[in-house]
Amino acid sequence: MSWKLKNLLLSLLPVLLALLFTTAILLAVGASPWEAYRNILEGAFESPEKIADVVAACVPLILCGVGMSITFTAGQWNVGVEGQIILGAVFATWVARSLPWPRVPVLTTMLLAGMLGGALWGVLAGLLKVYGKVHEIFGGLGLNYVAQGLAIWLIFNPWKPADGATMSGTDPFPDPAWMPRLGHLRVAPLAVVLALLAVVVAYFLLRGARWGLELKAMGKNFRSAFLLGVPSTPRLLTAFAACGGLAGLAGAIRCSARYGRMIPEISGGQGYLSLLVALLAAYRPQWVPLIALFFAAVGVGSPRLELNMHLDSSLGGVLEASVVLAVIIVAGWRALLARRRAVVDLVAAQEKEAA
Amino acid sequence: MKVELIDIHKYFGPVRANEGISLTLEPGTIHGLLGENGAGKTTLMKCLSGYLSPDSGSVWLDGQPVFFSSPAEAIRHGIGMLHQDPLDFPQMRVLDNFLLAFDRRMLPDRRRGRVMLRELGDRFRFDLDPDAPVTSLTIGERQQLEILRLLALGARLIILDEPTTGISAPQKEQLFETLRFLAEEEGRSVVFVSHKLEEVEELCHRVTVLRQGKVAGEAEMPCPVDRLVEMMFGRSLPPARRVPVEPGSAVLQVRDVTVSSYRLTVEGASLTVRAGEVVGLAGLEGSGQRLFLRACAGLERTAAGRIWMGGRNLTGAPYRRFLEAGVAYMPAGRLEEGLVGGLTLTEHFALAERNGPFFINWAAARDQAAERIRHFNIVGRPESPVEALSGGNQQRVMLALLPPGLRLLLMEHPTRGLDVESANWVWQQLLARRAEGTAIVFISADLDELLERSNRVVVFFGGRMMEPLEACETTVEQLGYLIAGKDAS
Repeated sequence: MSWKLKNLLLSLLPVLLALLFTTAILLAVGASPWEAYRNILEGAFESPEKIADVVAACVPLILCGVGMSITFTAGQWNVGVEGQIILGAVFATWVARSLPWPRVPVLTTMLLAGMLGGALWGVLAGLLKVYGKVHEIFGGLGLNYVAQGLAIWLIFNPWKPADGATMSGTDPFPDPAWMPRLGHLRVAPLAVVLALLAVVVAYFLLRGARWGLELKAMGKNFRSAFLLGVPSTPRLLTAFAACGGLAGLAGAIRCSARYGRMIPEISGGQGYLSLLVALLAAYRPQWVPLIALFFAAVGVGSPRLELNMHLDSSLGGVLEASVVLAVIIVAGWRALLARRRAVVDLVAAQEKEAA
Repeated sequence: MKVELIDIHKYFGPVRANEGISLTLEPGTIHGLLGENGAGKTTLMKCLSGYLSPDSGSVWLDGQPVFFSSPAEAIRHGIGMLHQDPLDFPQMRVLDNFLLAFDRRMLPDRRRGRVMLRELGDRFRFDLDPDAPVTSLTIGERQQLEILRLLALGARLIILDEPTTGISAPQKEQLFETLRFLAEEEGRSVVFVSHKLEEVEELCHRVTVLRQGKVAGEAEMPCPVDRLVEMMFGRSLPPARRVPVEPGSAVLQVRDVTVSSYRLTVEGASLTVRAGEVVGLAGLEGSGQRLFLRACAGLERTAAGRIWMGGRNLTGAPYRRFLEAGVAYMPAGRLEEGLVGGLTLTEHFALAERNGPFFINWAAARDQAAERIRHFNIVGRPESPVEALSGGNQQRVMLALLPPGLRLLLMEHPTRGLDVESANWVWQQLLARRAEGTAIVFISADLDELLERSNRVVVFFGGRMMEPLEACETTVEQLGYLIAGKDAS
């Protein structure tokens, strides 16, 4: 079998494995798998409204997924994305509430402020890692709790609505701070454009720029990269800043385009979900939109399971998680195959040289 | 217990660590296992104590063949090993470390353990506080704890791998006394793995010398030191001709530098290296030469002293400043510290181009990589991941990655693991750089290489840096003596 064919089969294998696993679970609870999958698909794509919801749900996943691709490339598990989303939302909310400007300047400032907030929170995790020797996973998780606490304190104290604070958040933003939507659909075209722009920029930075190569080298062997002269501390911090900036942008977009206010649950687990997106995309920004689409569709479509089949909608989560697990397992096999192929190629080259 | 090792082979990939070693250990004796670094001592002992399984060969205890698949099984047969770095749990208390060895129940009997620990400790006059955390112990005390643990497990053969590195002189005396007691009074066997001649002379009844994975000789002690040195390092070649260098200006000046690792301190080290000069650093592994070399690249924090590069004071400066001053550091671990596994050769060359443009021109980078691959005779392609290359070719890649126009090149083991031809080729490249005025400081375990290639050789022993020797006036024997801590006379 040729390497190409083998590779293609290996790419499809995890999806098959995951479907098999989910199907087995559905059969075990006595539901028709066919029916369930049809319901999810219908729930996600049956009407323009639904499609718009799916596209809108993609945006934060793409932004954070691209950001995590950057930090993963540098070998960092930036699980602080949740907190970075929240900080982005907090900064954007401050702008929306404090600056009574027309739409264009206020929206621009909100998005920039969101990026700044997320980037600062990301750099903080990086600083903790470099100077405090706190592993980024623990630092990130800790900072997530701090960010969550900060958001709740803001909503229940200085930003409390006139008729009393609730978990439903602040007062709605003034009209100019709402990101324009496409007609009656719940999707903001600007947000989609920004997300795709992030994909393109990150793709070229990681693939073509010295910065990307340096991050990759650090991710694969921090020690060697350092001895080869990669300035590791600044590179690490810029990677965290880039990821945090994108997550912060996602936070700003969520409060401006989706909720039109700041709510306590503004990150809504998008950060953790995008960790899976980045893993599935093998840290390649160009694959992130497709994977994000899958996650968004399952997310938007699976409540239908509850409605029509009286199944728990978390089955969608089971499907997503089993795809991720299967992909990670298959990725291990592929890495092994790639190593063998490299050796085979080299031996062939040596033989050719000898001949 | 009589222990026999018969025809032990152990290979790690292409590296032949043990090649047909046979050895007999008699009860009641202290058996020295002597040899240079990489001679195969530790591998052999790990095979005996169940940490490694030999590729072929067998172990016999009192005439019965045995096979250990784990250290636990070996200790059940009475064979225990004390490793170079203590295998304990530093965060836990002394008592818990001790109990962990044999009391595997849900609720260990701490009271009984405490009594056992005290009784055993009293027997050897070890003063260990059962409630102290292991982190608060010195290396010597951690060894004592390990010895007690092995004895509590019923070890009848105790293997000690380089036990005297990093312990104080009184602790060493106490250790030797303990070992003599264990062998002579209690009839246990002791294997003392070392590369220090003096200690082997002082302690052992019998010595086996390993060289390059084989038994180079055996001797009853006492035995003349020259014979041991000859067995350890092989017969020496006549000193090779050297090209005299006219000394240029001082490139590197080190004055009274003190550097420490957790088990070794190099104190008051001074050295001046001139342009075009080659200085070899000799010494057994862990004698301080690597610590010193890394300090010269800004990779170790110096506690005292000054380092100048070309007249500029770089004391305490970060590694990057050293790079900018024209220093390069080539580590020994190719895939650990030198190269990035998973990156292709093209990516490596692009990465090493530190001041290249922000966006990399990959087509040009590939051409350049192909050019370097030709120039450095590397068997590999621009798109080969570096870990697919053989060790020798990886070494060539590391040389090819060094920037041009260096002022100082610091290298660990530039030719380790290379065949003679590749090693010669490497030195051709290095000497070409020297001709351009680059000063070279390198570590090597190969005495011939040190004497043939260097202008001066500096010997390290136990953290002490000795006066530089003129390589052309030194013989391999003299160097061998100095490295093993004996005066050359």
